[in-house]
Amino acid sequence: MTSLYAVLAVILFTIGLIGFLIRRNALVVFMCVELMLNACNLLFVAFSSHHGVLDGQMAAFFVMVVAAAEVVIGLSIIVMITRTRRSTSVDAENVLKG
Amino acid sequence: MSILVITGTEVVFWICAVLAILGAIGLISFSKPVYSALCLALVMISLAVIYASLGAPFLMAVQIIVYTGAILMLFLFVIMLVGVDSTDSITETLKGHRVAVGLAGVGVLALLVLGVLQGVVGQGLGVDVTNTAAGGNVQGLAELIFSRYVIAFEATAALLITAAVAAMVLAHPEQIKKKIGQKERAEERLQAFTSSGKHPGPKPNSGVFARHNSIATPALLPDGSVAENSVSEILASRVTIATGEQLWEAHDEVLLALETADGELDEDEDEDLDEADDKEGSDD
Repeated sequence: MTSLYAVLAVILFTIGLIGFLIRRNALVVFMCVELMLNACNLLFVAFSSHHGVLDGQMAAFFVMVVAAAEVVIGLSIIVMITRTRRSTSVDAENVLKG
Repeated sequence: MSILVITGTEVVFWICAVLAILGAIGLISFSKPVYSALCLALVMISLAVIYASLGAPFLMAVQIIVYTGAILMLFLFVIMLVGVDSTDSITETLKGHRVAVGLAGVGVLALLVLGVLQGVVGQGLGVDVTNTAAGGNVQGLAELIFSRYVIAFEATAALLITAAVAAMVLAHPEQIKKKIGQKERAEERLQAFTSSGKHPGPKPNSGVFARHNSIATPALLPDGSVAENSVSEILASRVTIATGEQLWEAHDEVLLALETADGELDEDEDEDLDEADDKEGSDD
Protein backbone atom coordinates (compact mmCIF):
# COMPACT_ATOMS: atom_id res chain seq x y z
CA MET A 1 0.00 0.00 0.00
CA THR A 2 2.83 2.41 0.84
CA SER A 3 4.24 1.99 -2.65
CA LEU A 4 0.93 3.25 -4.08
CA TYR A 5 1.19 6.41 -1.99
CA ALA A 6 4.81 6.76 -3.08
CA VAL A 7 3.84 6.48 -6.73
CA LEU A 8 1.04 9.05 -6.28
CA ALA A 9 3.50 11.44 -4.60
CA VAL A 10 6.05 10.95 -7.37
CA ILE A 11 3.40 11.56 -10.06
CA LEU A 12 2.27 14.77 -8.36
CA PHE A 13 5.89 15.88 -7.99
CA THR A 14 6.58 15.25 -11.68
CA ILE A 15 3.46 17.14 -12.76
CA GLY A 16 4.59 20.03 -10.57
CA LEU A 17 8.05 19.91 -12.11
CA ILE A 18 6.66 19.88 -15.66
CA GLY A 19 4.40 22.82 -14.83
CA PHE A 20 7.34 24.65 -13.28
CA LEU A 21 9.33 24.24 -16.51
CA ILE A 22 6.49 24.93 -18.98
CA ARG A 23 4.44 27.75 -17.48
CA ARG A 24 5.59 31.34 -17.71
CA ASN A 25 3.18 33.10 -15.37
CA ALA A 26 5.16 33.60 -12.16
CA LEU A 27 2.10 32.87 -10.01
CA VAL A 28 1.43 29.52 -11.68
CA VAL A 29 5.12 28.64 -11.47
CA PHE A 30 4.90 29.35 -7.76
CA MET A 31 1.80 27.17 -7.43
CA CYS A 32 3.72 24.34 -9.08
CA VAL A 33 6.42 24.68 -6.42
CA GLU A 34 3.67 24.36 -3.80
CA LEU A 35 2.43 21.23 -5.57
CA MET A 36 5.91 19.70 -5.36
CA LEU A 37 6.11 20.54 -1.65
CA ASN A 38 2.72 18.89 -1.14
CA ALA A 39 3.91 15.77 -2.95
CA CYS A 40 6.89 15.60 -0.59
CA ASN A 41 4.55 15.99 2.38
CA LEU A 42 2.46 13.09 1.14
CA LEU A 43 5.60 10.94 0.92
CA PHE A 44 6.59 11.95 4.47
CA VAL A 45 3.18 11.01 5.85
CA ALA A 46 3.06 7.76 3.87
CA PHE A 47 6.45 6.64 5.17
CA SER A 48 5.53 7.78 8.67
CA SER A 49 2.60 5.39 8.46
CA HIS A 50 4.77 2.67 6.91
CA HIS A 51 7.31 2.72 9.72
CA GLY A 52 4.82 3.42 12.48
CA VAL A 53 6.63 6.50 13.83
CA LEU A 54 5.44 10.10 14.01
CA ASP A 55 8.69 11.75 12.88
CA GLY A 56 7.51 11.82 9.26
CA GLN A 57 4.40 13.75 10.23
CA MET A 58 6.61 16.15 12.17
CA ALA A 59 8.72 16.72 9.05
CA ALA A 60 5.58 17.36 6.96
CA PHE A 61 4.47 19.87 9.58
CA PHE A 62 7.76 21.76 9.35
CA VAL A 63 7.56 21.72 5.56
CA MET A 64 4.13 23.36 5.82
CA VAL A 65 5.44 26.11 8.12
CA VAL A 66 8.41 26.82 5.86
CA ALA A 67 6.10 26.80 2.83
CA ALA A 68 3.88 29.40 4.50
CA ALA A 69 6.88 31.69 5.11
CA GLU A 70 8.17 31.06 1.59
CA VAL A 71 4.81 31.93 0.00
CA VAL A 72 4.65 35.21 1.91
CA ILE A 73 8.08 36.29 0.67
CA GLY A 74 7.62 34.93 -2.85
CA LEU A 75 4.28 36.56 -3.39
CA SER A 76 5.48 39.92 -2.13
CA ILE A 77 8.42 39.70 -4.54
CA ILE A 78 5.98 38.90 -7.37
CA VAL A 79 3.81 41.87 -6.39
CA MET A 80 6.89 44.09 -6.34
CA ILE A 81 8.03 42.92 -9.79
CA THR A 82 4.50 43.34 -11.15
CA ARG A 83 4.49 46.92 -9.90
CA THR A 84 7.65 47.83 -11.78
CA ARG A 85 7.35 45.60 -14.86
CA ARG A 86 3.52 45.53 -15.27
CA SER A 87 3.66 41.80 -16.03
CA THR A 88 3.75 38.49 -14.15
CA SER A 89 5.50 36.64 -16.95
CA VAL A 90 8.87 35.19 -15.98
CA ASP A 91 10.10 36.05 -19.49
CA ALA A 92 9.67 39.73 -18.67
CA GLU A 93 12.59 39.63 -16.23
CA ASN A 94 15.11 39.76 -19.09
CA VAL A 95 16.37 43.14 -17.86
CA LEU A 96 18.35 41.22 -15.24
CA LYS A 97 20.70 39.71 -17.82
CA GLY A 98 24.14 41.25 -18.04
CA MET B 1 -6.47 -18.83 0.27
CA SER B 2 -6.48 -15.12 0.46
CA ILE B 3 -9.71 -13.19 0.38
CA LEU B 4 -9.81 -9.89 -1.48
CA VAL B 5 -10.64 -7.27 1.14
CA ILE B 6 -11.07 -3.67 0.16
CA THR B 7 -10.42 -1.48 3.18
CA GLY B 8 -11.74 2.05 3.69
CA THR B 9 -8.20 3.38 3.36
CA GLU B 10 -7.92 1.93 -0.13
CA VAL B 11 -11.24 3.39 -1.25
CA VAL B 12 -10.19 6.80 0.06
CA PHE B 13 -6.83 6.45 -1.66
CA TRP B 14 -8.23 5.64 -5.10
CA ILE B 15 -10.85 8.41 -5.02
CA CYS B 16 -8.45 11.04 -3.74
CA ALA B 17 -5.55 9.94 -5.93
CA VAL B 18 -7.65 10.37 -9.07
CA LEU B 19 -8.91 13.77 -7.88
CA ALA B 20 -5.41 14.91 -6.94
CA ILE B 21 -3.90 13.93 -10.28
CA LEU B 22 -6.78 15.55 -12.20
CA GLY B 23 -6.32 18.70 -10.11
CA ALA B 24 -2.57 18.70 -10.74
CA ILE B 25 -3.05 18.31 -14.48
CA GLY B 26 -5.62 21.12 -14.41
CA LEU B 27 -3.17 23.28 -12.47
CA ILE B 28 -0.57 23.15 -15.22
CA SER B 29 -2.97 23.25 -18.20
CA PHE B 30 -5.46 26.06 -17.47
CA SER B 31 -4.28 29.34 -18.94
CA LYS B 32 -6.07 31.47 -16.34
CA PRO B 33 -4.23 31.63 -12.99
CA VAL B 34 -7.53 31.64 -11.07
CA TYR B 35 -8.49 28.22 -12.45
CA SER B 36 -5.01 26.96 -11.63
CA ALA B 37 -5.42 28.16 -8.03
CA LEU B 38 -8.77 26.39 -7.70
CA CYS B 39 -7.25 23.19 -9.11
CA LEU B 40 -4.48 23.48 -6.53
CA ALA B 41 -7.19 23.74 -3.85
CA LEU B 42 -8.66 20.46 -5.14
CA VAL B 43 -5.23 18.77 -4.89
CA MET B 44 -4.67 20.08 -1.38
CA ILE B 45 -8.07 18.99 -0.08
CA SER B 46 -7.62 15.52 -1.63
CA LEU B 47 -4.25 15.26 0.11
CA ALA B 48 -5.86 16.36 3.39
CA VAL B 49 -8.34 13.48 3.12
CA ILE B 50 -5.48 11.07 2.38
CA TYR B 51 -3.65 12.34 5.49
CA ALA B 52 -6.74 11.63 7.57
CA SER B 53 -6.89 8.07 6.21
CA LEU B 54 -3.16 7.62 6.99
CA GLY B 55 -3.65 8.31 10.70
CA ALA B 56 -2.57 11.96 10.63
CA PRO B 57 -5.67 13.94 11.66
CA PHE B 58 -3.57 16.85 12.92
CA LEU B 59 -1.86 17.24 9.56
CA MET B 60 -5.24 17.03 7.86
CA ALA B 61 -6.45 20.01 9.88
CA VAL B 62 -3.21 21.93 9.31
CA GLN B 63 -3.31 21.13 5.58
CA ILE B 64 -6.81 22.57 5.27
CA ILE B 65 -6.26 25.56 7.55
CA VAL B 66 -2.74 26.57 6.49
CA TYR B 67 -2.55 25.42 2.87
CA THR B 68 -6.09 25.71 1.58
CA GLY B 69 -7.15 28.45 3.96
CA ALA B 70 -4.14 30.73 4.21
CA ILE B 71 -1.65 30.05 1.42
CA LEU B 72 -4.19 29.55 -1.35
CA MET B 73 -6.20 32.60 -0.31
CA LEU B 74 -2.96 34.59 -0.39
CA PHE B 75 -2.45 33.33 -3.94
CA LEU B 76 -5.97 34.38 -4.88
CA PHE B 77 -5.41 37.81 -3.30
CA VAL B 78 -2.30 38.34 -5.40
CA ILE B 79 -4.06 37.07 -8.55
CA MET B 80 -6.81 39.63 -7.95
CA LEU B 81 -4.16 42.28 -7.26
CA VAL B 82 -2.20 41.74 -10.48
CA GLY B 83 -5.32 41.40 -12.63
CA VAL B 84 -7.66 38.43 -12.74
CA ASP B 85 -7.98 38.55 -16.52
CA SER B 86 -4.29 38.10 -17.27
CA THR B 87 -3.80 34.88 -19.23
CA ASP B 88 -0.62 33.03 -19.95
CA SER B 89 0.43 32.98 -23.58
CA ILE B 90 0.30 29.46 -24.99
CA THR B 91 2.91 29.96 -27.72
CA GLU B 92 6.31 28.40 -27.30
CA THR B 93 9.14 30.89 -26.99
CA LEU B 94 11.92 28.32 -27.03
CA LYS B 95 12.02 25.83 -29.87
CA GLY B 96 11.49 22.26 -28.73
CA HIS B 97 10.85 23.43 -25.15
CA ARG B 98 7.74 21.29 -24.60
CA VAL B 99 9.31 18.15 -26.00
CA ALA B 100 12.40 18.59 -23.86
CA VAL B 101 10.27 19.19 -20.78
CA GLY B 102 8.17 16.11 -21.55
CA LEU B 103 11.31 13.96 -21.86
CA ALA B 104 12.72 15.42 -18.65
CA GLY B 105 9.40 14.71 -16.92
CA VAL B 106 9.39 11.06 -17.99
CA GLY B 107 13.01 10.70 -16.92
CA VAL B 108 12.43 12.25 -13.49
CA LEU B 109 9.29 10.15 -13.02
CA ALA B 110 11.13 6.91 -13.78
CA LEU B 111 14.08 7.91 -11.62
CA LEU B 112 11.93 8.89 -8.66
CA VAL B 113 9.67 5.84 -8.86
CA LEU B 114 12.71 3.56 -8.89
CA GLY B 115 14.44 5.53 -6.16
CA VAL B 116 11.51 5.97 -3.80
CA LEU B 117 10.26 2.41 -4.17
CA GLN B 118 13.68 1.22 -2.94
CA GLY B 119 12.74 2.78 0.36
CA VAL B 120 9.56 0.76 0.79
CA VAL B 121 10.96 -2.17 2.76
CA GLY B 122 8.89 -4.70 4.65
CA GLN B 123 5.28 -4.64 5.62
CA GLY B 124 3.60 -1.34 6.46
CA LEU B 125 3.06 -1.08 10.22
CA GLY B 126 0.50 1.74 10.31
CA VAL B 127 0.77 4.61 12.72
CA ASP B 128 -2.29 3.65 14.79
CA VAL B 129 -0.30 1.80 17.47
CA THR B 130 2.00 4.81 17.98
CA ASN B 131 -0.98 7.17 18.13
CA THR B 132 -2.77 5.07 20.73
CA ALA B 133 0.41 4.66 22.79
CA ALA B 134 0.82 8.46 22.95
CA GLY B 135 -2.85 8.96 23.80
CA GLY B 136 -3.73 10.41 20.40
CA ASN B 137 -2.12 11.81 17.27
CA VAL B 138 -1.96 15.39 18.54
CA GLN B 139 -0.50 14.29 21.88
CA GLY B 140 2.12 12.19 20.10
CA LEU B 141 3.16 15.10 17.87
CA ALA B 142 3.20 17.46 20.85
CA GLU B 143 5.58 15.14 22.71
CA LEU B 144 7.92 15.13 19.72
CA ILE B 145 7.72 18.85 19.01
CA PHE B 146 8.63 19.84 22.57
CA SER B 147 11.36 17.26 23.06
CA ARG B 148 13.30 16.06 20.02
CA TYR B 149 12.36 18.90 17.66
CA VAL B 150 12.24 21.79 20.12
CA ILE B 151 15.23 23.60 18.54
CA ALA B 152 13.69 23.33 15.06
CA PHE B 153 10.41 24.55 16.49
CA GLU B 154 12.04 27.65 17.98
CA ALA B 155 13.87 28.29 14.71
CA THR B 156 10.48 28.15 12.99
CA ALA B 157 9.28 30.98 15.21
CA ALA B 158 12.25 33.10 14.14
CA LEU B 159 11.59 32.20 10.50
CA LEU B 160 7.95 33.27 10.68
CA ILE B 161 8.80 36.61 12.28
CA THR B 162 11.51 37.24 9.67
CA ALA B 163 9.03 36.40 6.91
CA ALA B 164 6.41 38.77 8.33
CA VAL B 165 8.93 41.63 8.59
CA ALA B 166 10.26 40.89 5.10
CA ALA B 167 6.77 40.93 3.63
CA MET B 168 6.12 44.34 5.19
CA VAL B 169 9.43 45.71 3.88
CA LEU B 170 8.86 44.31 0.38
CA ALA B 171 5.24 45.39 0.14
CA HIS B 172 6.06 49.05 0.83
CA PRO B 173 6.60 51.03 -2.36
CA GLU B 174 10.02 52.58 -2.62
CA GLN B 175 10.25 56.31 -1.85
CA ILE B 176 11.74 57.82 -5.00
CA LYS B 177 11.40 61.52 -4.20
CA LYS B 178 12.26 63.20 -0.93
CA LYS B 179 9.23 63.54 1.31
CA ILE B 180 7.91 67.12 1.29
CA GLY B 181 7.23 68.34 4.82
CA GLN B 182 5.89 71.50 6.42
CA LYS B 183 9.28 73.24 6.32
CA GLU B 184 9.78 72.60 2.58
CA ARG B 185 6.27 73.79 1.79
CA ALA B 186 6.75 77.03 3.75
CA GLU B 187 10.05 77.72 1.96
CA GLU B 188 8.38 77.03 -1.39
CA ARG B 189 5.57 79.51 -0.64
CA LEU B 190 7.97 82.28 0.39
CA GLN B 191 10.10 81.60 -2.69
CA ALA B 192 6.99 82.02 -4.87
CA PHE B 193 6.14 85.23 -2.98
CA THR B 194 9.56 86.79 -3.54
CA SER B 195 9.77 85.77 -7.20
CA SER B 196 6.21 86.28 -8.47
CA GLY B 197 4.41 88.02 -5.62
CA LYS B 198 2.03 85.11 -5.05
CA HIS B 199 0.13 85.46 -1.77
CA PRO B 200 1.85 83.17 0.77
CA GLY B 201 -1.07 83.00 3.21
CA PRO B 202 -4.15 80.78 3.10
CA LYS B 203 -6.70 81.11 0.32
CA PRO B 204 -9.92 83.04 1.03
CA ASN B 205 -12.90 81.18 2.49
CA SER B 206 -15.93 80.40 0.40
CA GLY B 207 -18.66 83.04 0.61
CA VAL B 208 -21.13 83.07 3.51
CA PHE B 209 -24.25 85.06 2.67
CA ALA B 210 -27.83 85.23 3.86
CA ARG B 211 -29.05 82.76 1.25
CA HIS B 212 -25.92 80.88 0.26
CA ASN B 213 -23.20 79.39 2.40
CA SER B 214 -22.13 76.23 0.57
CA ILE B 215 -18.49 75.67 -0.39
CA ALA B 216 -19.57 76.21 -4.01
CA THR B 217 -20.42 79.83 -3.22
CA PRO B 218 -17.57 82.16 -4.14
CA ALA B 219 -16.50 84.96 -1.85
CA LEU B 220 -17.02 88.54 -3.10
CA LEU B 221 -14.21 91.03 -3.24
CA PRO B 222 -14.81 94.63 -2.04
CA ASP B 223 -15.48 95.76 -5.64
CA GLY B 224 -18.29 93.19 -6.00
CA SER B 225 -16.38 90.78 -8.24
CA VAL B 226 -15.87 87.09 -7.44
CA ALA B 227 -12.67 85.93 -5.68
CA GLU B 228 -11.61 83.12 -8.04
CA ASN B 229 -9.53 81.08 -5.63
CA SER B 230 -12.23 80.97 -2.92
CA VAL B 231 -13.82 77.96 -4.68
CA SER B 232 -12.00 74.69 -5.34
CA GLU B 233 -11.03 74.16 -8.99
CA ILE B 234 -12.55 70.67 -8.92
CA LEU B 235 -15.92 72.08 -7.78
CA ALA B 236 -15.76 74.83 -10.37
CA SER B 237 -15.34 72.24 -13.12
CA ARG B 238 -18.33 70.18 -11.95
CA VAL B 239 -21.04 72.61 -10.81
CA THR B 240 -22.03 76.07 -11.99
CA ILE B 241 -20.63 78.65 -9.63
CA ALA B 242 -22.82 81.65 -8.83
CA THR B 243 -21.67 84.93 -10.39
CA GLY B 244 -21.19 88.13 -8.43
CA GLU B 245 -24.38 89.68 -9.85
CA GLN B 246 -26.50 86.73 -8.75
CA LEU B 247 -25.15 87.00 -5.24
CA TRP B 248 -25.77 90.74 -5.13
CA GLU B 249 -29.33 90.25 -6.38
CA ALA B 250 -29.99 87.71 -3.64
CA HIS B 251 -28.48 90.12 -1.13
CA ASP B 252 -30.76 92.94 -2.26
CA GLU B 253 -33.80 90.64 -2.13
CA VAL B 254 -33.03 89.66 1.42
CA LEU B 255 -32.55 93.30 2.45
CA LEU B 256 -35.86 94.24 0.88
CA ALA B 257 -37.65 91.33 2.55
CA LEU B 258 -36.16 92.31 5.91
CA GLU B 259 -37.24 95.94 5.52
CA THR B 260 -40.84 95.03 4.64
CA ALA B 261 -40.93 92.54 7.51
CA ASP B 262 -39.57 95.22 9.85
CA GLY B 263 -42.48 97.52 9.06
CA GLU B 264 -45.04 94.84 9.91
CA LEU B 265 -43.57 94.10 13.34
CA ASP B 266 -45.38 95.06 16.54
CA GLU B 267 -43.97 97.82 18.70
CA ASP B 268 -42.92 95.40 21.49
CA GLU B 269 -40.89 93.32 19.17
CA ASP B 270 -39.48 96.48 17.69
CA GLU B 271 -38.23 97.49 21.11
CA ASP B 272 -36.75 94.04 21.68
CA LEU B 273 -34.95 94.31 18.39
CA ASP B 274 -33.70 97.74 19.29
CA GLU B 275 -32.34 96.43 22.58
CA ALA B 276 -30.65 93.59 20.76
CA ASP B 277 -29.17 96.11 18.31
CA ASP B 278 -27.90 98.20 21.20
CA LYS B 279 -26.21 95.17 22.73
CA GLU B 280 -24.56 94.27 19.48
CA GLY B 281 -23.45 97.85 19.12
CA SER B 282 -21.87 97.88 22.57
CA ASP B 283 -20.03 94.63 21.76
CA ASP B 284 -18.42 96.33 18.80
